[in-house]
Amino acid sequence: MIWVGAGLLILVAVTGFGVVRTRDVTGQVIAISFYGVLMSLVFFFFQAPDVALSQITVGAVALPLMIMLAISRMKYRTVRMRKRERDA
Amino acid sequence: MPHVLHLLPYLVAAWLFFCGLYGLVSSRHLVHSVICLAILQSSTYILLLGIGYRVGGVAPIFADIAPGTVTVDPVVQALMLTDVVVEAVVVALLLAMVVKAHEKSGTVSPDELRTLRG
Amino acid sequence: MRETLRVRLFFVFGGIFFLLFCSAARNLPPWGSYRGPYGDVIARVSVYERHATDVVNAINYDYRAMDTLGEEFILFTAVLGVLMLLRREQVKVNEGEKIDDRIRLSLTARASAMPALLVTVVFGFYIGLHGQLTPGGGFQAGVILASAPFLLYVCENTESFRRVTSHRALEVIEAAGAGGYAVIGLAALALGVPFLTNFLPLGTTGDVFSSGTIALISACVGFEVTAAFLLAGYAYLQEIIAGETPEE
Repeated sequence: MIWVGAGLLILVAVTGFGVVRTRDVTGQVIAISFYGVLMSLVFFFFQAPDVALSQITVGAVALPLMIMLAISRMKYRTVRMRKRERDA
Repeated sequence: MPHVLHLLPYLVAAWLFFCGLYGLVSSRHLVHSVICLAILQSSTYILLLGIGYRVGGVAPIFADIAPGTVTVDPVVQALMLTDVVVEAVVVALLLAMVVKAHEKSGTVSPDELRTLRG
Repeated sequence: MRETLRVRLFFVFGGIFFLLFCSAARNLPPWGSYRGPYGDVIARVSVYERHATDVVNAINYDYRAMDTLGEEFILFTAVLGVLMLLRREQVKVNEGEKIDDRIRLSLTARASAMPALLVTVVFGFYIGLHGQLTPGGGFQAGVILASAPFLLYVCENTESFRRVTSHRALEVIEAAGAGGYAVIGLAALALGVPFLTNFLPLGTTGDVFSSGTIALISACVGFEVTAAFLLAGYAYLQEIIAGETPEE
């Protein structure tokens, strides 16, 4: 059982490095959603159900949603500025 | 507990901390640096939970086990619970600042933002 | 400073710090042998003292309620900052620039999202009410309940999201949640006991209405977190929803 936990921790380390090295921002949102689900598995292993419940809802749903909303707001503004320049 | 695993969560926490810091230092997109800040913050979760873990301990919920059973440390879990939710809202605040910076200057690269003034 | 120079400096000094951290970590207790007394004392004592079977929530809302008050106000201030940065007054809306807000999903997808919405809301209330008995509590329930209108946004158009979240009532709910926590603490002061003492009757262990102010504080926090996430989401979507133009 302890080796399962050790394997999960190594997986978390590798995934964290992968999230940092993803340069495309939209792809990084998917990566951090996967990282959040993996962290909640680690919290289950550490016998912390409250924290795992928090991490599932926040790290896999709310955090990527906020980041995607921010990215789409910036893209929407860029598209609209360009359309206005083209029409002007 | 095998001797090789004695320091594993602390080392993983330090590794995640430095990955996040490396991403922050070498980032070319402000949203990428905010996400690396989230990785930085999650390294503290691993460190704290690693300190509070006890082999053979169960979760500190006494709804169906007898009071007095050996559990893991509940205090670090209490500290971490609020932290996870607050992290998401602080990331939202940082992203609002990024959106405003993009609106005022048209760019999201931190290097270019330094040279545009006034 | 150029990027390559920055990264090289980081590797040099970061490497030194990493080695120092590893040599300091050798003095930490080995993984899996927690020795400290505080956690054991609270786990043994809190079921009898507070009639709450979830020790983590008893710590959060009773033994260390002051820390949770501070965290809740961090949340409140962060949402205040988001709203201040992203709100704008209603300016003119150019007709050709409105976003295409049609409903894009098929009827099957939308029809099967409605039971999911119902289950989410019921589950959120269940988690919020049973915080003192099983894993759950105000923070988790708030996030679960806040994800329900976002499900609406994903499955239907932004108009249905706006109809749920654009009310002034959401701001009142958030303020009431944040202030309610402080008021409960001050009510304890008014009764002559220290700030944030558990002064309500404790009830039977295992009942939903047990453990005094823990359930009440948990409910306040749940309202506040729900409203905070919905307000932040609405602030991000506001420009896309109404098609407002920025001031030139």
